[in-house]
Amino acid sequence: MRQPAQPEPGASPSIWSRLSTITDYFAWPLRTSHYLELVNPLWTTHKLQARVVKVWDETKDARTLTLRPGLNWRGHRAGQHVRVGIPANGKHYTRTYTISSPPEREDDCFTITVKAIDKGTISHHIVRNIKVGDYLPIGLPQGDFYLPDAQPIQPLFITAGSGITPAFSMVNSLIAQGRLPDTHHIHYAPHEFDVVLGKELKAMDRYNDRYHLHLIYSREGDDPSRNRFSAAQLDALCPDWKERDVYACGPPSLLEAIEQCMEDAGCIRRLHVERFRAPFTEVPADAVGGRVRFAQSDVETDGDSDTPLLKAAEEAGMNPPHGCRMGICHTCNTTLVSGCVRDLRTGEVLNEAGSIVQTCICAAAGDCELDL
Amino acid sequence: MKTHQYPVDLTDEQIEEFGNELEAIRNEVFDSRGDRDRAYILKVIKTQRTMAVSARFIIYLSLFFIPAWGHALAAWPVMLTILGLGVFMLGIAKILENMEIAHNVLHAQWDWMKDPEIQSNTWEWDTMSPSDRWMHSHNVVHHTWTNVLEKDLDVGYGIMRVTPMQKWKPAFLLQPIYFILLMLLFEEGVAVHEQAIDDHLKGKNKLKDFTPLLKRIGYKVWRQVAKDYIAWPLAAALVAIPISFYVPFSPLLVFGIVAGANAVANLIRNIWAFTIIFCGHFPAGAHNFTLEQVEGETRGRWYLRQMLGSCNIEGGKLFHILSGNLSHQIEHHLFPDMCSNRYQEVAPRVRALADRYGIPYNSASLFRQFGTTWLNNLRLAFPGGGEPYEPRREQASQS
Repeated sequence: MRQPAQPEPGASPSIWSRLSTITDYFAWPLRTSHYLELVNPLWTTHKLQARVVKVWDETKDARTLTLRPGLNWRGHRAGQHVRVGIPANGKHYTRTYTISSPPEREDDCFTITVKAIDKGTISHHIVRNIKVGDYLPIGLPQGDFYLPDAQPIQPLFITAGSGITPAFSMVNSLIAQGRLPDTHHIHYAPHEFDVVLGKELKAMDRYNDRYHLHLIYSREGDDPSRNRFSAAQLDALCPDWKERDVYACGPPSLLEAIEQCMEDAGCIRRLHVERFRAPFTEVPADAVGGRVRFAQSDVETDGDSDTPLLKAAEEAGMNPPHGCRMGICHTCNTTLVSGCVRDLRTGEVLNEAGSIVQTCICAAAGDCELDL
Repeated sequence: MKTHQYPVDLTDEQIEEFGNELEAIRNEVFDSRGDRDRAYILKVIKTQRTMAVSARFIIYLSLFFIPAWGHALAAWPVMLTILGLGVFMLGIAKILENMEIAHNVLHAQWDWMKDPEIQSNTWEWDTMSPSDRWMHSHNVVHHTWTNVLEKDLDVGYGIMRVTPMQKWKPAFLLQPIYFILLMLLFEEGVAVHEQAIDDHLKGKNKLKDFTPLLKRIGYKVWRQVAKDYIAWPLAAALVAIPISFYVPFSPLLVFGIVAGANAVANLIRNIWAFTIIFCGHFPAGAHNFTLEQVEGETRGRWYLRQMLGSCNIEGGKLFHILSGNLSHQIEHHLFPDMCSNRYQEVAPRVRALADRYGIPYNSASLFRQFGTTWLNNLRLAFPGGGEPYEPRREQASQS
């Protein structure tokens, strides 16, 4: 907000950005966009927002949100994900979700499908509390997990649980473009009625000759362990899997098994994987300080559990910004890159990457890395 | 045991206990922050922005009631009423922005929400002082060293004698005039309220030592002037040029009316902000401290100093919001990064706590607080007026 955003180098400014340079003189220290937001939050340029236009329960704990993005949205490629800002208990959280709709959708909306995971406060909040008419801050589509545009490939999708979403978007996109190649899709779900987007998948299987769906219910049958992923299972379901490009998305254990299998078969280059890394660090039970890394200064030092990080930095020869040294002025605020720190006043543990850390009253709780 | 030099009848251990009790209140409130608080600040921001932009257009609207239009309602009383409404709303919008929103956002009161739009390190406010400069002179200097002579620049702002502990000099004879001038030009005063500038006036540094700082302040001042005294008036004047062929009224006067209206709105904000802020630490009964007193200060003693040096103003809910909750100056100084909507609920607890420990809690009406501030200002323009610096220090060290 402090300085007007610079246009990207090389790009000539659009008429709107030229006009808003002038109107920003009227809006200073805000931007014109802050006042447009009062009329319609989708018209903003200082941040991108989306309106929730529909919510739909896929299973008992998964919900699809249909979002209408603001004017600055650019279309995604099937398989990409988007950052979504969620206000919960007064705080703003950012989570990443794969866009489950194909880019060819006609109403300019997109969907995300969220499964409420155990201990996931935010996913529970999305699944239960977000209502139609809410506005959510969003990012632009990101990620390199998408199909090549022109190369003739025959894909094999291996997905589990809510990992279905990128594959769903990709297959739908190919169908919409009328160029679906011969495709196999192995999807794992606990039970029949737990399949996220299950009805749509079955419909796709029914109406498209070249789409072959294999649903595996991992907790059904006499011996559930037989339902797990294995090379033998792969041979049975899709005999030519070694000639196919494999796109996999699911829990870490499944991805590891697939990687091992492809490695053994010598076709690891054909494997494309999408992982969702949790932004949380495990809080060490015996949190007694640890290695402290200051990323920008490239300094590493030991920090114990009672020494403020500011002091640790100073003892390591740095001179980071600081003011009151007692946690009231916030001059020393910096960002947690990774790891875990503890607020010495309240004992509160910060372990989410991107959290704001007051170095003068926070100490290491295990290893940590700060943006200093 | 009593080794401290604060004007209270408590032992060192009791002061620490007092500090711990305040800390407990702080932690309790911080743990309970949630949706209600977020809804509050979002509502205030939305109201303020809507009010500001409406006020600007009501000022424009008043131009259609200048008598030269010749229609039935075109008369000065109608025009001035509408103009007055617009100016009043703009003044209130600026007060809300400066005091309840920006002052508190810049104190990092809302950083806990992690909302990238409402963060202390990116917020810029509608006044001539750049927000990061102000955060330094206010959050760091003033809030850490509250009411400590030679450390806290806000003790008299370098131009006034607000406590008999400050040594009198003839320049203070003019301080009733400075008082009025600072009231009218508070925005400009805050912008140049910098240690470097203060030092320069005392001949301690050269102008080129802080040219980058002056450039930064200069850019902010330019954008503020460009908005209120160029952009909005000029837009009206440009529209008035073609109209002036049909309606005999000079576009220059149109420019003047809009610029004048904005100036009055700024003046309303200046006077109000000055009044509230001067009631924070200068009314009768507020304590000041020497460097010696605060040496090796513990957190408990810091809390005690904040309480002895700050004054509350009593009033209704709307009054508290319009004063940016600085009417709860004591609570604000104890917990500068607690979100402002919570001060009202912790005030009775803090007051009762102070009463239990026998610590003065300076809370009175606006009339009393501003009245004594003003009388103090008049009295201290002349020599004397209370115990000076030296004797108090000796007395303290004897006890």
